[in-house]
Amino acid sequence: MLLISCPNCGPRDETEFHYGGQAHIAYPENPNELRDREWAEYLFYRENTKGTFAERWVHSTGCRQWFNMLRDTVSYDIHSIYAMGQQRPDLQADKPGEFSQTGEFGQEPGLAPGAATTSTGAATTAPTSSEGV
Amino acid sequence: MSADHLPEHPDFLWRNPDPKKSYDAVIVGGGGHGLATAYYLAKNHGMTNIAILEKGWLAGGNMARNTTIIRSNYLWDESAAIYEHALKLWEILPEELEYDFLFSQRGVMNLAHTLGDVRESVRRVGANRLNGVDAEWLDPQQVKELCPILNISDNIRYPVMGATYQPRAGIAKHDHVAWAFARKCDELGVDIIQNCEVTGFIKDGNRVTGVKTTRGTINTEKVGLCAAGHSSVLAEMAGFRLPIQSHPLQALVSELHEPVHPTVVMSNHVHVYVSQAHKGELVMGAGVDSYNGYGQRGSFHVIEEQMAAAVELFPIFARAHVLRTWGGIVDTTLDASPIVGLSPVENMFVNCGWGTGGFKGTPAAGLTFAHTIATGAPHKLNKPFALERFETGALIDEHGAAAVAH
Repeated sequence: MLLISCPNCGPRDETEFHYGGQAHIAYPENPNELRDREWAEYLFYRENTKGTFAERWVHSTGCRQWFNMLRDTVSYDIHSIYAMGQQRPDLQADKPGEFSQTGEFGQEPGLAPGAATTSTGAATTAPTSSEGV
Repeated sequence: MSADHLPEHPDFLWRNPDPKKSYDAVIVGGGGHGLATAYYLAKNHGMTNIAILEKGWLAGGNMARNTTIIRSNYLWDESAAIYEHALKLWEILPEELEYDFLFSQRGVMNLAHTLGDVRESVRRVGANRLNGVDAEWLDPQQVKELCPILNISDNIRYPVMGATYQPRAGIAKHDHVAWAFARKCDELGVDIIQNCEVTGFIKDGNRVTGVKTTRGTINTEKVGLCAAGHSSVLAEMAGFRLPIQSHPLQALVSELHEPVHPTVVMSNHVHVYVSQAHKGELVMGAGVDSYNGYGQRGSFHVIEEQMAAAVELFPIFARAHVLRTWGGIVDTTLDASPIVGLSPVENMFVNCGWGTGGFKGTPAAGLTFAHTIATGAPHKLNKPFALERFETGALIDEHGAAAVAH
């Protein structure tokens, strides 16, 4: 199970959250001018990255707030958690092997302890075997 | 249903050739769909100078990880047609492939737990019958008669209010299915090349002319992608996108038990599906993990939830143990139907998007995809499953309609 650091509530089990798919998909600026192909892109086509993926989550059974996350879709490690509307952080700009606190959450008063830190090693799932029946 | 009925361990059933410099067609992915496609290319279309490229070992992806359920009781006409054709092929394949892979038509039951479920189920039984798919509506007592270990009392959160039943549905030994196809492919001259990962494609303009692999460059007239969870990765290499999201899908088995479970039971509402393998393990699965993932593992709460559902439905399972759990990577589409057809790249064809239900479709996927590759145009069964449907809006929305949530 993923351990997700909600920006408002701190680290909580994945079961408290719901997944919102790829982040940073804007509603079309001129929907009346879109052709079918462009509507198809907006409605049905999403990145399916193998590697670092920007995605949305909502803390459904907690603060009910949405936020963005950079997560590795192979190791499932969470690299960064940042605010809705904020640009995707550049992981390459960070120190190697150390994930920075990203987002505006760190500056907000009254923040839950540890809320702005991102989980790395803790955000792994139970190991499973890989044999069929 | 005991170990005595399992076949002897087979001899080596296929060669392990080095890749040739060129082939008439290359199939990427040596799972069930890739093997079936190559088999029908060779058998139905006389294309024997072809290769299957597998990045790992033969049938070691989702073909080794699924819960082996075979059924065709889908709601919509297009789905019923292709899955029922698959079921008819399953019925003749053991003889055709000269290999008894223990296709056991023990029936599949889809439980209804709410009034909404009942209405949807009765509607689906009607739709199935109109499409020539065997389907029955069972009341709770009939459910109990067919599967005595099911709890049909009203002391559970979602009592069983009935079920749809497809008697011709069932399970098969998935590994043996793969080996059966592989042996026939090999006999027909198909090169099955394992440990050969595709790293790129060679194109002349918008036409594919070759495949770059970890075992060298291979020239080819045509490329068929059968890569399930990694379809998006290959499409990106080839320069186009697919409306697919890859998710982990987990399953589990118990230790071996005496035969207690005579059929296959699926519940959409409390969400678990259970059968008992020929050796005696209870085999269970449920829905995908919510997040995108390529890690061939998922989160444990998904396993816990399906076990809770199973124990409520089958009180006798309370003393069973989880022997092992595992995950595969499934390629889901937003209408829960596959994509089988042409791609935006000339001479490249896609078979993907089978999501959580690809095993049952294996023979029909192979048959129709082989036809598409050989003739350059879809077979009538896979024509509705074209990539263009996401543009035209002619979706085949089997979400919830297909008797199980995806």
